[in-house]
Amino acid sequence: MRTRPCRDYPGPSLSRRAALAGIAVALSTRVADATPETARRLLQGFTSTTPRQGRVSLRIPEIAEDGTQVPVTIVVESPMSGADHVRALHVLADGNPNPGVVSFAFTPLAGRCEVQFRMRLAQSQRVSALAEMSDGSFWITTRDVTVTIGGCKG
Amino acid sequence: MAEDLRTRIRLPPSVKRGELVEIRVLVQHAMESGQRRDASGAIVPRKILNRLAIRYGGQDVLAARLEPAMAANPLFTFFLRAEATGMIELTWTDDDGSIQRSEHKLTVAG
Repeated sequence: MRTRPCRDYPGPSLSRRAALAGIAVALSTRVADATPETARRLLQGFTSTTPRQGRVSLRIPEIAEDGTQVPVTIVVESPMSGADHVRALHVLADGNPNPGVVSFAFTPLAGRCEVQFRMRLAQSQRVSALAEMSDGSFWITTRDVTVTIGGCKG
Repeated sequence: MAEDLRTRIRLPPSVKRGELVEIRVLVQHAMESGQRRDASGAIVPRKILNRLAIRYGGQDVLAARLEPAMAANPLFTFFLRAEATGMIELTWTDDDGSIQRSEHKLTVAG
């Protein structure tokens, strides 16, 4: 039974093309592959203990009119000394196609743990900044952002 | 094929030893997220700068792994503690495998 009649494999008919177009539309409108659940799993991959609230200042607009260019400033309270510094800083977004945004690795040479950058937000969602300290502790801050125009298609 | 990245850096003309220096880096890159569709409906393949490494005086200061959620034309502001006159080296890695380095002199007085 390894061959089958050709007629079982029709060329693209109008209705099939219409169906494919429908799928394409469905895919293009499906912006949120990341969910609070996938973001939580990613967060778990970054941490070895439960993160505590605090020490991380996450400045991001409450309402972002343009999701393609959302300014973010993160400051982590730390002396950035050899004995006590921020080792890593991760940014997560739970409503983008992928929950990861950026991960930084720091050395004490930075002197101050502050970064600014611009990110994309596909829709209104929750953004988190997670810091890993040299003593092995984890600190997290979360902000809800309302997005007027989503930023993944542009 | 690697295009020439246009990296701009803003550094103070001169800083004091021990001073915390704010450095701003802007690079022109579309940071194609892999989510966008062209006019015919086909997905435009992902092509982003996926890594930035910053060294100062030959030592690591900061490294970043970038995801498609980084906006086009990445703009970064970060800090470093001035120790001695030396080069700040920026290294970008593109999804296409190309690597681009640029060096910028930080002058430390006194």
